[in-house]
Amino acid sequence: MSPRLRWRKFVSGFMLTMTGVCAVVAVAVLFFILGYLVYHGGTSISWNFFTKLPTPVGEAGGGMANAIVGSAKLLLIASLVGIPVGFFGAIYLAEFSGGPVAFVVRYAADLLNGVPSIVIGIFAYSLVVLPFKHFSTLAGGFALGLMMIPITLRSTEEFLLGVPRALREASMALGASKWKTIASVIVPAAYRGILTAILLAFARVAGETAPLLFTAFGNRFWSPGWNQPTASLPVMIFTYAIAPYDDWHRQAWAAGLVLLGLILAINIIARAILARGIAVPRS
Amino acid sequence: MQAFARSAVSVNITPSGQSSITREAAAALPMRMNITKVNFFYGAKQTLFDVNLGVATNKVTALIGPSGCGKSTLLRTLNRMHETVRNVRLEGEILLDGQNILAQDVTQLRRRVGMVFQRPNPFPKSIFDNVAYGLRVNGSKVPLADAVEKSLRHAALWDEVKDHLHKSAYELSGGQQQRLCIARALAVEPEVLLLDEPCSALDPISTAKIEELLVQLKDLCTIAIVTHNMQQAARVSDFTAFLLVGQLIEFSTTPHLFTTPSDPRTEAYITGRFG
Repeated sequence: MSPRLRWRKFVSGFMLTMTGVCAVVAVAVLFFILGYLVYHGGTSISWNFFTKLPTPVGEAGGGMANAIVGSAKLLLIASLVGIPVGFFGAIYLAEFSGGPVAFVVRYAADLLNGVPSIVIGIFAYSLVVLPFKHFSTLAGGFALGLMMIPITLRSTEEFLLGVPRALREASMALGASKWKTIASVIVPAAYRGILTAILLAFARVAGETAPLLFTAFGNRFWSPGWNQPTASLPVMIFTYAIAPYDDWHRQAWAAGLVLLGLILAINIIARAILARGIAVPRS
Repeated sequence: MQAFARSAVSVNITPSGQSSITREAAAALPMRMNITKVNFFYGAKQTLFDVNLGVATNKVTALIGPSGCGKSTLLRTLNRMHETVRNVRLEGEILLDGQNILAQDVTQLRRRVGMVFQRPNPFPKSIFDNVAYGLRVNGSKVPLADAVEKSLRHAALWDEVKDHLHKSAYELSGGQQQRLCIARALAVEPEVLLLDEPCSALDPISTAKIEELLVQLKDLCTIAIVTHNMQQAARVSDFTAFLLVGQLIEFSTTPHLFTTPSDPRTEAYITGRFG
C-alpha cells in the first residue's frame, strides 16, 4: 500500500468516525434530557398532577390541570392564527409571486423568525392586552401564533417548491386551472413536508415562556373562557423552578416531562397519519 | 463535416421551404392544426424562426432534429404549455380546427390538446385517480369507472392493472407509468395528443410497446411527437419535420424525408453525420 493510499484510507476512516460520533452526540442530547426529566419529574407525576389545581405553598400534593388545559387553549389559538396565515402565505409565495414581492416577504418572514420572543410578547401586550385592559388566553395565543407564522410560511414554501415541475405540467396539460393544480396536486404531493413544518412550528411555540409572561400571564386557578389570564405549562415551570421549595422543583420537572410528552405524542400521531397516502418518490 | 459547417452558417440567411412539392401533397389532407410564421423568444433569445407546419388529422407527425433545435419548444406551443415559463414570447398564428388557439381559453385548449412528457410523471395518487384526474377537473358527467377503463384499454394497460386500480401509480414500472400518463391524457378525449420524447427514459421493450400504441391511437386522435430517435420517427410517423437551430429545414412525408431528403442538412442529420 502506497503512503498516498494509506493517507486517503486514514482520512476516510477519520471522517466517517467523526460524523458518526457527532450523530450519536446529537441523539444522546435528546435522550439525556428525556432521562433527566424522567428521573427528576417522574416521581411527581400522578393522576392528581393531571386533575388537581396547584396547592398553596406548604401544602403537599396538587397538580397542574389548569396549566395543561391553559397550554392546550393557547396552542389552539396560536394554531388558528399561525397555520392559515403561514400556509396560504406560503402558497402565494411559492406559486403566484415572483421577483421583488416574494423577496420582501421572505426577508420579512426571516426577520420575524429572528425577533426575540420577548419582543413578540411586548407587541402582543400592547396590541391585545392594553386595549382589553387585562391579560388573557387570547393575547397569549395571539403572541404564540405570530411566532408560528414565519416558521410555517418559510418551510411550507420550501416543500411546495420541492414538488417536481413535471407534476404541475401534467396537471396543467390536462386543462386544470392553476388553483385546481395547487389544491389537488401540489399541496397533496407536499403535504407530508407541510405537516412536518406545522408540527415543528407547533412544538417550537409550545415551550415558549417569554411571550406568555405578560400576555397570558399566569393563574393559580381555572381560567374560564378566553378573556382571562391563564396558567400554562412553560410559565408554570418557570415560576416553580425559581421558587425556593423542593416540592415545587419536583413539580416543575414533572411539568417539563408532561410538556415534552405532549409534544412527542402529537408528533407520533401526526407521523402515523403521514405514513398513509402516496408519497412522491425521490428521484 | 465541413460541408455541414458551411450550410449551418447559411441557415440564418436562407429561408427554408425547398420541399414545396411534398408540402403540397401534405396540404391536400385535412389539417387538425396549422402553424403559421411562428417565432419564439426566451427573453431576448429567439429559438424559433418563422416556422410553418401543418399537423394532419389522424396522422402521426414527428418533429426531429439535434438537441436545442427547438422541436420541444414548438411542440409546447401547440397547447400553450410554454406559458408556464416566465419571460417567453410567441409570435405568429396557431390554428386548431381553424381557430386561433392563442385567443382561446387556455384550460379549454389543453383539454382538447393533451400532452405526454419526457419522463413519466404520474401524480402521487392511485392508478384510477390518475386517469380520472382530467375528467374530475373538467367536471365531466360521464361515469368515471367506465371512462377510466376505456382510457386504460386504449393505452394498452388495462390487462396489467385492472386488478389493482387503487394501488399507487408509482408501483408501476417506468414503461407502465408512461402508458398510464398516455391513458390519463386520453381520458379527456383530446383531439390532438402531443408527446415530448415519450420514450427517452424507457427501455427498448417499453419503447416498442409505446410505438405500437401510437400507431393504434391514430384512429382516436391526431398525434405530434418529438423524438431524438430517428428510427422511432421513421417507424411511427406519417410526416416528419426536421428542425435545425430554430428553423424548419424540411417537412415531408416520412418515407420521402428519410429516403430522398431534398435538403443536404437533412441528409447529413439522418445519415448520422451530426446531431
